[in-house]
Amino acid sequence: MLQGRRTWVFDKPPVIIGTGTVVGPDEGEGPLAGDFDLVHPDMTIQQPSWEKAERVLLEQASDIALSKAELSKDKVDFYVGGDLINQIISSTFAARTLGAPYIGVFGACSTSMETLALAALLVSSGAARHVMAGTSSHNCTAEKQFRYPTEYGSQKPPTAQYTVTGAGAAVVAAEGRGPRITAATIGRIVDLGLKDPFDMGSAMAPAAVDTIQAHLLETGREPGYYDMIVTGDLASVGHPIAADLLRRHGVPIAETEFSDCGTLIYDLAKQKVQAGGSGCACSATVTYGHLLKRMAQGELKRILVVATGALLSPLSFQQGESIPCIAHAVSIEQ
Amino acid sequence: MATKEAGRGPASYKPLSMSPKEYQQFAKNRQPSRPVFANCVKAFFVGGLICLIGQGVQNFFAAAFDMSSKEASNPTVAVMILVSVILTCLGVYDKIAQWAGAGTAVPVTGFANSMCSAAIEHRSEGLVLGVGANMFKLAGSVIVFGTVAAFFVGIVYWILGVSH
Repeated sequence: MLQGRRTWVFDKPPVIIGTGTVVGPDEGEGPLAGDFDLVHPDMTIQQPSWEKAERVLLEQASDIALSKAELSKDKVDFYVGGDLINQIISSTFAARTLGAPYIGVFGACSTSMETLALAALLVSSGAARHVMAGTSSHNCTAEKQFRYPTEYGSQKPPTAQYTVTGAGAAVVAAEGRGPRITAATIGRIVDLGLKDPFDMGSAMAPAAVDTIQAHLLETGREPGYYDMIVTGDLASVGHPIAADLLRRHGVPIAETEFSDCGTLIYDLAKQKVQAGGSGCACSATVTYGHLLKRMAQGELKRILVVATGALLSPLSFQQGESIPCIAHAVSIEQ
Repeated sequence: MATKEAGRGPASYKPLSMSPKEYQQFAKNRQPSRPVFANCVKAFFVGGLICLIGQGVQNFFAAAFDMSSKEASNPTVAVMILVSVILTCLGVYDKIAQWAGAGTAVPVTGFANSMCSAAIEHRSEGLVLGVGANMFKLAGSVIVFGTVAAFFVGIVYWILGVSH
């Protein structure tokens, strides 16, 4: 089970028996639009506030995941969820709708894989039969909380990232049909002193590298073991930095396809998203929608998803603190 | 820098070892820089264009209602604020501002945008604690430091004996 210091290798690998992905209009204009279950044409989702809109996204993703898993709500033993908004209210209200016992977690944009790793651990250890892992983010709730009012005219630098509007949920079970979660590596806080909240890719890249190295060392795997190693939301600035760091530290990352959800979800040449996507929903929707679909079609057999998170708060960066970062890796195999 | 040590396999990976200073330089060399010159040029022309439109409106009021240029300035500011608020409500102003930068931020239209956007954003929290309390969230510091600057400029005028 525990292998090395922070990797779980599951003796009985749990199965992802159903996933649900819901996105907003910008993601619907991106290259992965066809891989999501539901695309909303407007940001408000016919709700009176951005916060309510984000909650609806998560509720819909959960519903879709349950229907694909052919499971009723009362069969969910635990719901593990989190999001970016203060006191993780989107997840809490979605959990209220779901009615399942709830474990709320916060890992900023790494929440997608943090919740999936915990769900796999609960199922694999026999603590639960069915666990739902879910997370969401909304461009406007994130802008409102971390930056400026959404309609405020501020100019963003090219290193800034665009928070993905969407939600992703996965149902993890001990038995069933679907890809299996074979291992997970929990990240530690890596903070190399970067302070710019408009350049989170550079801040998070070392955390991703740290977790990828730990995962490979503790499982004894080489990058070539995976068909794809994909980071969560380093985007077009942070991702090449992570690749450079890996090469510099002797990791033959060229053996595998090294990609990033933040650059996959948008057409960076056409869409005005600066460096690319970010947010909890970035890695959640790309993994549960796009990547698992590619696995089901047999294009990918083994992937390692390394969701990255910048654990800053509006208060901490205004007080001049640097950005503490983390990355959690989950290995999914067909 | 050696990229790979002898012998394959994970055991040969070097753990991440970089001092914060070293990494900050490493990352800086790989980041796209802000296009400062292009931003300045855009800001100059967009800001100038907004002022030109304002001047046109002022001339219109002066000609149409037989006002002096001083009398015409108040309705001119009102029109510019109204246009800015309408563009903010239509969700256009922030898109122009991403391109124009300081060009849309510095004129009175930017001030109106900062208040209007905050008011819209916090409407869901109610009229008093939402709109009322948050409307000056961004504009507040402009007013505070504008007043402080005016105070010091006033002192300089007083010392030099300059008066209007």
